[in-house]
Amino acid sequence: MRNTFVIAKRELGSYFGSPVAYVFLVIFLLLTGFFTFTAGQFFERGEASLGAFFGWHPWLYLVLVPAVGMRLWAEERRAGTLELLMTMPITPWQAIFGKFLASWLFIGIALALTFPVVVTANVLGSPDNGMIFAGYLGSLFLAGAYLSVTCMTSAMTRNQVVAFILSVVACLFLILAGFNPVTDLMVRWASPAFIDTVAAFSVVTHFDGFQKGVIDSRDLAYFLSVIGFSLFATSMALRNR
Amino acid sequence: MIQIDNLVKAFGAKRAVDGISFKVERGEVVGFLGPNGSGKSTTMRMITGYYAPTGGRVRVGGHDVTESPLEAKRLIGYLPENAAAYTDMTVRGFLEFAAELRGLSGAAKRKAVARSVELCFLSSVLHQSIDTLSKGYKHRTCLAQALIHDPEVLILDEPTDGLDPNQKHEVRNLIKELGRTKAVVFSTHILEEVDAACTRAIIIDRGRIVAQGTPDELGRPLDEVFRRLTIPDTVKA
Repeated sequence: MRNTFVIAKRELGSYFGSPVAYVFLVIFLLLTGFFTFTAGQFFERGEASLGAFFGWHPWLYLVLVPAVGMRLWAEERRAGTLELLMTMPITPWQAIFGKFLASWLFIGIALALTFPVVVTANVLGSPDNGMIFAGYLGSLFLAGAYLSVTCMTSAMTRNQVVAFILSVVACLFLILAGFNPVTDLMVRWASPAFIDTVAAFSVVTHFDGFQKGVIDSRDLAYFLSVIGFSLFATSMALRNR
Repeated sequence: MIQIDNLVKAFGAKRAVDGISFKVERGEVVGFLGPNGSGKSTTMRMITGYYAPTGGRVRVGGHDVTESPLEAKRLIGYLPENAAAYTDMTVRGFLEFAAELRGLSGAAKRKAVARSVELCFLSSVLHQSIDTLSKGYKHRTCLAQALIHDPEVLILDEPTDGLDPNQKHEVRNLIKELGRTKAVVFSTHILEEVDAACTRAIIIDRGRIVAQGTPDELGRPLDEVFRRLTIPDTVKA
Protein backbone atom coordinates (compact mmCIF):
# COMPACT_ATOMS: atom_id res chain seq x y z
CA MET A 1 0.00 0.00 0.00
CA ARG A 2 2.75 2.41 1.03
CA ASN A 3 4.88 1.45 -1.96
CA THR A 4 1.91 1.89 -4.29
CA PHE A 5 1.48 5.37 -2.90
CA VAL A 6 5.19 6.20 -3.30
CA ILE A 7 5.11 5.10 -6.95
CA ALA A 8 1.87 6.97 -7.62
CA LYS A 9 3.25 10.14 -6.05
CA ARG A 10 6.35 10.03 -8.24
CA GLU A 11 4.32 9.34 -11.36
CA LEU A 12 1.90 12.20 -10.70
CA GLY A 13 4.83 14.49 -9.98
CA SER A 14 6.33 13.51 -13.30
CA TYR A 15 3.12 14.56 -15.12
CA PHE A 16 3.09 17.95 -13.51
CA GLY A 17 6.86 18.36 -13.75
CA SER A 18 6.69 18.22 -17.54
CA PRO A 19 4.60 20.07 -20.14
CA VAL A 20 2.52 16.89 -20.65
CA ALA A 21 0.10 17.77 -17.87
CA TYR A 22 -0.56 21.34 -18.96
CA VAL A 23 -0.79 20.59 -22.67
CA PHE A 24 -3.20 17.79 -21.92
CA LEU A 25 -5.38 19.81 -19.57
CA VAL A 26 -5.66 22.75 -21.96
CA ILE A 27 -6.38 20.59 -25.01
CA PHE A 28 -8.84 18.43 -23.10
CA LEU A 29 -10.80 21.42 -21.82
CA LEU A 30 -10.77 23.19 -25.21
CA LEU A 31 -11.98 20.09 -27.00
CA THR A 32 -14.71 19.25 -24.47
CA GLY A 33 -15.83 22.88 -24.71
CA PHE A 34 -15.89 22.79 -28.48
CA PHE A 35 -17.70 19.46 -28.73
CA THR A 36 -20.24 20.31 -26.07
CA PHE A 37 -21.20 23.83 -27.08
CA THR A 38 -20.56 23.90 -30.81
CA ALA A 39 -20.72 20.40 -32.26
CA GLY A 40 -22.97 19.09 -29.49
CA GLN A 41 -25.40 22.04 -29.76
CA PHE A 42 -25.67 22.33 -26.00
CA PHE A 43 -27.83 25.49 -26.13
CA GLU A 44 -29.94 24.58 -29.18
CA ARG A 45 -31.06 21.34 -27.54
CA GLY A 46 -33.17 23.31 -25.09
CA GLU A 47 -32.79 20.71 -22.34
CA ALA A 48 -30.96 20.95 -19.02
CA SER A 49 -28.79 17.85 -19.37
CA LEU A 50 -25.16 17.05 -20.07
CA GLY A 51 -25.89 14.60 -22.88
CA ALA A 52 -24.09 16.87 -25.33
CA PHE A 53 -21.08 16.82 -23.01
CA PHE A 54 -20.75 13.13 -22.15
CA GLY A 55 -21.77 11.80 -25.58
CA TRP A 56 -18.39 12.73 -27.03
CA HIS A 57 -16.26 11.21 -24.29
CA PRO A 58 -15.74 7.74 -25.83
CA TRP A 59 -14.30 9.45 -28.95
CA LEU A 60 -12.42 12.20 -27.19
CA TYR A 61 -10.76 9.75 -24.80
CA LEU A 62 -9.85 7.51 -27.71
CA VAL A 63 -6.99 9.85 -28.59
CA LEU A 64 -6.34 11.67 -25.35
CA VAL A 65 -6.20 8.81 -22.83
CA PRO A 66 -3.58 6.76 -24.73
CA ALA A 67 -1.54 9.96 -24.94
CA VAL A 68 -1.58 10.17 -21.15
CA GLY A 69 -0.76 6.51 -20.58
CA MET A 70 1.67 5.67 -23.38
CA ARG A 71 4.78 6.65 -21.43
CA LEU A 72 3.94 4.77 -18.23
CA TRP A 73 5.99 1.66 -19.00
CA ALA A 74 7.49 2.30 -22.43
CA GLU A 75 9.54 5.16 -21.02
CA GLU A 76 10.80 3.00 -18.13
CA ARG A 77 11.95 0.43 -20.65
CA ARG A 78 13.62 2.97 -22.92
CA ALA A 79 15.43 4.80 -20.13
CA GLY A 80 16.44 1.59 -18.35
CA THR A 81 14.76 2.66 -15.12
CA LEU A 82 12.59 -0.46 -15.29
CA GLU A 83 15.66 -2.34 -14.07
CA LEU A 84 15.97 0.02 -11.13
CA LEU A 85 12.29 -0.21 -10.27
CA MET A 86 12.10 -3.99 -10.53
CA THR A 87 15.14 -4.53 -8.31
CA MET A 88 13.62 -2.43 -5.52
CA PRO A 89 11.96 -4.39 -2.70
CA ILE A 90 8.46 -3.95 -4.13
CA THR A 91 6.14 -6.35 -5.90
CA PRO A 92 5.34 -5.79 -9.59
CA TRP A 93 1.69 -5.27 -8.63
CA GLN A 94 2.53 -2.35 -6.39
CA ALA A 95 4.27 -0.68 -9.31
CA ILE A 96 1.46 -1.51 -11.74
CA PHE A 97 -1.27 -0.18 -9.44
CA GLY A 98 0.76 2.86 -8.46
CA LYS A 99 1.29 3.92 -12.05
CA PHE A 100 -2.26 3.15 -13.10
CA LEU A 101 -3.78 5.03 -10.18
CA ALA A 102 -1.58 8.07 -10.74
CA SER A 103 -2.58 8.40 -14.38
CA TRP A 104 -6.24 7.71 -13.55
CA LEU A 105 -6.14 10.38 -10.89
CA PHE A 106 -4.62 12.76 -13.43
CA ILE A 107 -7.52 12.20 -15.82
CA GLY A 108 -9.86 12.56 -12.85
CA ILE A 109 -8.35 16.00 -12.24
CA ALA A 110 -8.90 16.94 -15.88
CA LEU A 111 -12.50 15.74 -15.63
CA ALA A 112 -13.07 17.69 -12.42
CA LEU A 113 -11.93 20.85 -14.21
CA THR A 114 -14.93 20.59 -16.53
CA PHE A 115 -17.15 21.76 -13.63
CA PRO A 116 -18.15 24.99 -15.46
CA VAL A 117 -20.33 22.84 -17.73
CA VAL A 118 -22.26 21.61 -14.69
CA VAL A 119 -22.52 25.15 -13.37
CA THR A 120 -23.80 26.39 -16.74
CA ALA A 121 -26.49 23.72 -16.88
CA ASN A 122 -27.56 24.54 -13.32
CA VAL A 123 -27.70 28.28 -13.98
CA LEU A 124 -29.74 27.93 -17.16
CA GLY A 125 -32.14 25.25 -15.99
CA SER A 126 -32.64 22.60 -13.37
CA PRO A 127 -30.88 19.46 -14.55
CA ASP A 128 -31.01 16.13 -12.71
CA ASN A 129 -27.76 16.37 -10.78
CA GLY A 130 -27.90 12.69 -9.82
CA MET A 131 -27.84 11.89 -13.51
CA ILE A 132 -24.89 14.20 -14.00
CA PHE A 133 -23.06 12.47 -11.17
CA ALA A 134 -23.71 9.07 -12.76
CA GLY A 135 -22.47 10.52 -16.04
CA TYR A 136 -19.20 11.64 -14.46
CA LEU A 137 -18.76 8.28 -12.78
CA GLY A 138 -19.30 6.50 -16.10
CA SER A 139 -16.86 8.83 -17.80
CA LEU A 140 -14.23 8.15 -15.14
CA PHE A 141 -14.63 4.40 -15.56
CA LEU A 142 -14.48 4.76 -19.31
CA ALA A 143 -11.19 6.61 -18.97
CA GLY A 144 -9.96 3.93 -16.53
CA ALA A 145 -10.74 1.18 -19.02
CA TYR A 146 -8.87 2.95 -21.85
CA LEU A 147 -6.01 3.72 -19.50
CA SER A 148 -5.62 0.11 -18.40
CA VAL A 149 -5.49 -0.95 -22.06
CA THR A 150 -2.79 1.69 -22.60
CA CYS A 151 -0.85 0.35 -19.60
CA MET A 152 -0.88 -3.03 -21.28
CA THR A 153 0.34 -1.81 -24.68
CA SER A 154 2.90 0.45 -22.99
CA ALA A 155 4.34 -2.49 -21.07
CA MET A 156 4.86 -4.41 -24.31
CA THR A 157 7.21 -1.97 -26.01
CA ARG A 158 9.95 0.54 -25.37
CA ASN A 159 8.52 2.80 -28.05
CA GLN A 160 5.84 5.24 -26.91
CA VAL A 161 4.46 5.75 -30.43
CA VAL A 162 3.91 2.02 -30.84
CA ALA A 163 2.22 1.91 -27.44
CA PHE A 164 -0.02 4.83 -28.46
CA ILE A 165 -1.10 3.34 -31.78
CA LEU A 166 -1.77 -0.14 -30.41
CA SER A 167 -3.78 1.34 -27.61
CA VAL A 168 -5.89 3.53 -29.93
CA VAL A 169 -6.66 0.51 -32.11
CA ALA A 170 -7.63 -1.63 -29.11
CA CYS A 171 -9.84 1.10 -27.67
CA LEU A 172 -11.40 1.74 -31.07
CA PHE A 173 -12.39 -1.91 -31.13
CA LEU A 174 -13.96 -1.49 -27.69
CA ILE A 175 -16.06 1.37 -29.10
CA LEU A 176 -16.99 -0.12 -32.46
CA ALA A 177 -18.25 -3.42 -31.04
CA GLY A 178 -21.30 -1.58 -29.73
CA PHE A 179 -21.43 1.40 -32.09
CA ASN A 180 -24.79 1.58 -33.84
CA PRO A 181 -23.55 1.96 -37.44
CA VAL A 182 -21.43 -1.16 -36.90
CA THR A 183 -24.11 -3.27 -35.21
CA ASP A 184 -26.53 -2.21 -37.97
CA LEU A 185 -24.14 -3.70 -40.51
CA MET A 186 -24.26 -7.05 -38.72
CA VAL A 187 -28.06 -7.19 -38.56
CA ARG A 188 -28.25 -8.62 -42.08
CA TRP A 189 -26.29 -11.79 -41.36
CA ALA A 190 -25.99 -12.28 -37.61
CA SER A 191 -28.55 -13.35 -35.04
CA PRO A 192 -29.67 -10.73 -32.49
CA ALA A 193 -28.13 -12.82 -29.71
CA PHE A 194 -24.76 -12.72 -31.48
CA ILE A 195 -24.96 -8.97 -31.98
CA ASP A 196 -25.84 -8.48 -28.33
CA THR A 197 -22.89 -10.62 -27.29
CA VAL A 198 -20.48 -8.59 -29.39
CA ALA A 199 -22.05 -5.34 -28.21
CA ALA A 200 -21.67 -6.46 -24.60
CA PHE A 201 -17.90 -6.15 -25.09
CA SER A 202 -18.25 -2.52 -26.02
CA VAL A 203 -17.56 0.36 -23.69
CA VAL A 204 -20.34 2.34 -25.39
CA THR A 205 -23.06 -0.09 -24.32
CA HIS A 206 -21.97 0.14 -20.70
CA PHE A 207 -21.18 3.83 -20.83
CA ASP A 208 -24.73 4.59 -22.06
CA GLY A 209 -26.20 3.05 -18.91
CA PHE A 210 -24.45 5.66 -16.79
CA GLN A 211 -25.61 8.45 -19.10
CA LYS A 212 -29.22 7.47 -18.44
CA GLY A 213 -28.50 8.03 -14.77
CA VAL A 214 -28.40 4.34 -13.92
CA ILE A 215 -25.47 2.94 -11.95
CA ASP A 216 -25.88 -0.73 -12.82
CA SER A 217 -23.69 -3.31 -11.10
CA ARG A 218 -23.28 -5.09 -14.46
CA ASP A 219 -21.80 -1.96 -16.03
CA LEU A 220 -19.50 -1.50 -13.05
CA ALA A 221 -18.51 -5.16 -13.28
CA TYR A 222 -17.74 -4.70 -16.98
CA PHE A 223 -15.41 -1.75 -16.45
CA LEU A 224 -13.70 -3.38 -13.48
CA SER A 225 -13.19 -6.56 -15.53
CA VAL A 226 -11.61 -4.65 -18.41
CA ILE A 227 -9.31 -2.86 -15.97
CA GLY A 228 -8.50 -6.08 -14.10
CA PHE A 229 -7.79 -8.04 -17.25
CA SER A 230 -5.64 -5.33 -18.82
CA LEU A 231 -3.57 -4.83 -15.69
CA PHE A 232 -3.08 -8.58 -15.44
CA ALA A 233 -1.88 -8.57 -19.06
CA THR A 234 0.42 -5.69 -18.07
CA SER A 235 2.02 -7.83 -15.38
CA MET A 236 2.51 -10.61 -17.93
CA ALA A 237 4.10 -8.22 -20.44
CA LEU A 238 6.45 -6.94 -17.74
CA ARG A 239 7.81 -10.42 -17.18
CA ASN A 240 9.50 -10.07 -20.52
CA ARG A 241 12.65 -8.18 -19.57
CA MET B 1 26.25 -13.20 2.02
CA ILE B 2 25.94 -14.08 -1.65
CA GLN B 3 25.86 -17.69 -2.68
CA ILE B 4 25.47 -18.68 -6.32
CA ASP B 5 25.06 -22.28 -7.38
CA ASN B 6 25.37 -23.43 -10.95
CA LEU B 7 23.62 -20.38 -12.35
CA VAL B 8 22.39 -20.56 -15.96
CA LYS B 9 20.65 -18.00 -18.14
CA ALA B 10 19.68 -18.86 -21.69
CA PHE B 11 18.30 -16.41 -24.26
CA GLY B 12 16.85 -18.73 -26.87
CA ALA B 13 19.60 -21.14 -27.85
CA LYS B 14 22.38 -18.89 -26.56
CA ARG B 15 23.61 -19.49 -23.02
CA ALA B 16 24.69 -16.09 -21.76
CA VAL B 17 25.57 -17.54 -18.35
CA ASP B 18 26.52 -21.18 -18.33
CA GLY B 19 26.88 -22.75 -14.91
CA ILE B 20 28.50 -20.14 -12.68
CA SER B 21 29.05 -20.82 -8.96
CA PHE B 22 30.74 -18.61 -6.39
CA LYS B 23 30.39 -17.17 -2.91
CA VAL B 24 31.00 -13.71 -1.56
CA GLU B 25 31.35 -13.09 2.17
CA ARG B 26 31.03 -9.90 4.16
CA GLY B 27 34.26 -7.91 4.00
CA GLU B 28 35.08 -9.02 0.48
CA VAL B 29 35.25 -6.94 -2.67
CA VAL B 30 34.99 -9.17 -5.67
CA GLY B 31 35.95 -7.82 -9.08
CA PHE B 32 34.02 -9.37 -11.90
CA LEU B 33 36.14 -9.33 -15.04
CA GLY B 34 35.46 -10.38 -18.56
CA PRO B 35 35.25 -9.17 -22.15
CA ASN B 36 32.09 -7.41 -23.31
CA GLY B 37 29.23 -9.86 -23.69
CA SER B 38 30.82 -12.47 -21.43
CA GLY B 39 27.80 -12.57 -19.09
CA LYS B 40 28.83 -10.13 -16.34
CA SER B 41 25.72 -7.98 -16.50
CA THR B 42 23.44 -10.97 -16.96
CA THR B 43 24.83 -12.58 -13.81
CA MET B 44 24.38 -9.36 -11.87
CA ARG B 45 20.83 -8.99 -13.11
CA MET B 46 20.07 -12.46 -11.80
CA ILE B 47 21.61 -11.69 -8.40
CA THR B 48 19.45 -8.58 -8.08
CA GLY B 49 16.31 -10.40 -9.20
CA TYR B 50 15.79 -8.53 -12.47
CA TYR B 51 16.24 -11.62 -14.63
CA ALA B 52 14.79 -14.96 -13.58
CA PRO B 53 17.51 -17.64 -13.83
CA THR B 54 16.99 -20.44 -16.37
CA GLY B 55 18.69 -22.81 -13.93
CA GLY B 56 20.58 -22.85 -10.66
CA ARG B 57 19.99 -20.52 -7.77
CA VAL B 58 21.06 -17.33 -6.09
CA ARG B 59 20.88 -16.76 -2.35
CA VAL B 60 21.47 -13.39 -0.76
CA GLY B 61 21.76 -13.36 3.02
CA GLY B 62 20.21 -16.84 3.02
CA HIS B 63 17.15 -15.77 0.98
CA ASP B 64 16.54 -17.36 -2.38
CA VAL B 65 16.12 -14.49 -4.85
CA THR B 66 13.46 -16.35 -6.86
CA GLU B 67 11.46 -17.65 -3.90
CA SER B 68 11.60 -14.70 -1.51
CA PRO B 69 12.56 -11.77 -3.73
CA LEU B 70 11.53 -8.99 -1.35
CA GLU B 71 13.70 -10.20 1.53
CA ALA B 72 16.69 -10.62 -0.79
CA LYS B 73 16.17 -7.27 -2.54
CA ARG B 74 16.04 -5.42 0.78
CA LEU B 75 19.65 -6.44 1.44
CA ILE B 76 20.94 -5.36 -1.96
CA GLY B 77 22.02 -2.01 -3.30
CA TYR B 78 22.29 -2.07 -7.08
CA LEU B 79 23.91 0.18 -9.63
CA PRO B 80 22.70 -0.95 -13.07
CA GLU B 81 24.98 -0.86 -16.09
CA ASN B 82 23.77 2.37 -17.70
CA ALA B 83 23.28 4.14 -14.33
CA ALA B 84 19.63 4.69 -15.18
CA ALA B 85 17.75 7.36 -13.27
CA TYR B 86 14.49 9.26 -13.66
CA THR B 87 15.80 12.20 -15.63
CA ASP B 88 12.82 14.45 -14.92
CA MET B 89 13.51 14.39 -11.17
CA THR B 90 15.98 16.44 -9.17
CA VAL B 91 18.85 14.61 -7.48
CA ARG B 92 17.20 15.14 -4.13
CA GLY B 93 13.76 14.03 -5.36
CA PHE B 94 15.23 10.90 -6.88
CA LEU B 95 17.15 9.94 -3.74
CA GLU B 96 14.08 10.55 -1.58
CA PHE B 97 12.04 8.38 -3.90
CA ALA B 98 14.61 5.57 -3.58
CA ALA B 99 14.66 6.00 0.21
CA GLU B 100 10.87 5.80 0.39
CA LEU B 101 10.82 2.62 -1.68
CA ARG B 102 13.34 1.24 0.80
CA GLY B 103 10.82 1.91 3.55
CA LEU B 104 12.48 4.99 5.03
CA SER B 105 10.50 8.05 6.06
CA GLY B 106 10.76 11.19 8.18
CA ALA B 107 14.05 11.78 9.95
CA ALA B 108 15.50 8.42 8.87
CA LYS B 109 14.88 9.35 5.24
CA ARG B 110 16.50 12.77 5.60
CA LYS B 111 19.50 11.21 7.31
CA ALA B 112 19.87 8.51 4.65
CA VAL B 113 19.71 11.06 1.82
CA ALA B 114 22.24 13.34 3.56
CA ARG B 115 24.62 10.42 4.13
CA SER B 116 24.42 9.24 0.51
CA VAL B 117 24.87 12.76 -0.81
CA GLU B 118 27.99 13.17 1.26
CA LEU B 119 29.45 9.79 0.28
CA CYS B 120 28.98 10.51 -3.42
CA PHE B 121 29.85 14.24 -3.36
CA LEU B 122 26.50 15.39 -4.69
CA SER B 123 25.76 18.39 -2.47
CA SER B 124 26.49 20.92 -5.24
CA VAL B 125 23.88 19.45 -7.61
CA LEU B 126 21.23 18.48 -5.06
CA HIS B 127 18.48 20.63 -6.55
CA GLN B 128 19.44 20.13 -10.17
CA SER B 129 17.30 18.08 -12.53
CA ILE B 130 19.08 14.81 -13.41
CA ASP B 131 18.92 15.36 -17.18
CA THR B 132 21.08 18.49 -16.78
CA LEU B 133 23.89 16.60 -15.01
CA SER B 134 27.19 15.58 -16.54
CA LYS B 135 27.80 11.88 -17.00
CA GLY B 136 29.96 11.65 -13.89
CA TYR B 137 27.35 13.26 -11.67
CA LYS B 138 24.56 11.19 -13.18
CA HIS B 139 26.57 8.07 -12.46
CA ARG B 140 27.23 9.11 -8.89
CA THR B 141 23.55 9.94 -8.38
CA CYS B 142 22.65 6.39 -9.31
CA LEU B 143 25.41 5.10 -7.05
CA ALA B 144 24.01 7.21 -4.20
CA GLN B 145 20.64 5.52 -4.80
CA ALA B 146 22.31 2.13 -4.36
CA LEU B 147 23.85 3.21 -1.03
CA ILE B 148 20.78 4.95 0.36
CA HIS B 149 19.71 2.18 2.75
CA ASP B 150 23.25 1.25 3.78
CA PRO B 151 22.85 -2.23 2.25
CA GLU B 152 24.81 -5.28 3.30
CA VAL B 153 25.29 -6.35 -0.30
CA LEU B 154 26.39 -4.07 -3.11
CA ILE B 155 26.13 -5.05 -6.76
CA LEU B 156 27.79 -2.46 -8.98
CA ASP B 157 27.77 -2.90 -12.73
CA GLU B 158 30.71 -0.91 -14.12
CA PRO B 159 30.71 1.72 -11.39
CA THR B 160 33.60 3.69 -12.90
CA ASP B 161 32.36 3.70 -16.48
CA GLY B 162 32.39 7.17 -18.01
CA LEU B 163 34.10 8.87 -15.07
CA ASP B 164 37.20 11.03 -15.34
CA PRO B 165 40.43 9.82 -13.68
CA ASN B 166 39.81 11.79 -10.46
CA GLN B 167 36.27 10.49 -10.15
CA LYS B 168 37.46 6.95 -10.88
CA HIS B 169 39.95 7.25 -8.07
CA GLU B 170 37.29 8.50 -5.65
CA VAL B 171 34.84 5.74 -6.54
CA ARG B 172 37.52 3.04 -6.19
CA ASN B 173 38.40 4.31 -2.75
CA LEU B 174 34.74 4.40 -1.84
CA ILE B 175 34.26 0.80 -2.96
CA LYS B 176 37.31 -0.28 -1.01
CA GLU B 177 36.05 1.52 2.07
CA LEU B 178 32.53 0.06 1.79
CA GLY B 179 33.99 -3.39 1.25
CA ARG B 180 35.30 -3.54 4.82
CA THR B 181 31.81 -4.13 6.18
CA LYS B 182 29.79 -5.29 3.18
CA ALA B 183 29.83 -7.93 0.47
CA VAL B 184 30.62 -6.10 -2.76
CA VAL B 185 30.60 -7.38 -6.33
CA PHE B 186 31.56 -4.98 -9.08
CA SER B 187 32.17 -5.55 -12.74
CA THR B 188 34.77 -3.80 -14.80
CA HIS B 189 37.02 -4.27 -17.75
CA ILE B 190 39.65 -1.93 -16.41
CA LEU B 191 42.32 -4.22 -15.00
CA GLU B 192 44.02 -1.69 -12.70
CA GLU B 193 40.80 -1.52 -10.72
CA VAL B 194 41.30 -5.09 -9.67
CA ASP B 195 44.59 -4.19 -7.99
CA ALA B 196 43.23 -0.95 -6.64
CA ALA B 197 40.05 -2.16 -4.99
CA CYS B 198 39.51 -5.94 -5.00
CA THR B 199 40.25 -8.59 -2.45
CA ARG B 200 39.45 -11.20 -5.09
CA ALA B 201 38.79 -11.33 -8.81
CA ILE B 202 36.68 -13.64 -10.93
CA ILE B 203 37.36 -13.75 -14.64
CA ILE B 204 34.51 -14.98 -16.81
CA ASP B 205 34.38 -15.65 -20.50
CA ARG B 206 31.40 -16.82 -22.53
CA GLY B 207 29.31 -17.39 -19.46
CA ARG B 208 31.83 -19.53 -17.58
CA ILE B 209 34.34 -18.81 -14.84
CA VAL B 210 37.82 -19.25 -16.30
CA ALA B 211 39.88 -18.14 -13.29
CA GLN B 212 39.49 -16.73 -9.82
CA GLY B 213 41.68 -15.71 -6.90
CA THR B 214 43.45 -12.73 -5.40
CA PRO B 215 45.17 -10.45 -7.89
CA ASP B 216 48.51 -12.00 -6.82
CA GLU B 217 47.27 -15.55 -7.33
CA LEU B 218 46.05 -14.76 -10.83
CA GLY B 219 49.57 -13.79 -11.83
CA ARG B 220 51.13 -10.71 -13.36
CA PRO B 221 50.94 -8.74 -15.45
CA LEU B 222 47.15 -8.96 -15.18
CA ASP B 223 46.39 -7.90 -18.73
CA GLU B 224 48.47 -10.76 -20.08
CA VAL B 225 46.64 -13.21 -17.84
CA PHE B 226 43.35 -11.72 -19.01
CA ARG B 227 44.28 -12.07 -22.69
CA ARG B 228 45.48 -15.62 -22.24
CA LEU B 229 42.27 -16.71 -20.50
CA THR B 230 39.67 -14.98 -22.61
CA ILE B 231 38.91 -15.05 -26.28
CA PRO B 232 38.53 -11.72 -28.09
CA ASP B 233 35.09 -11.15 -29.60
CA THR B 234 36.73 -10.74 -33.03
CA VAL B 235 37.45 -14.51 -33.03
CA LYS B 236 34.57 -16.63 -34.27
CA ALA B 237 33.16 -19.06 -31.73
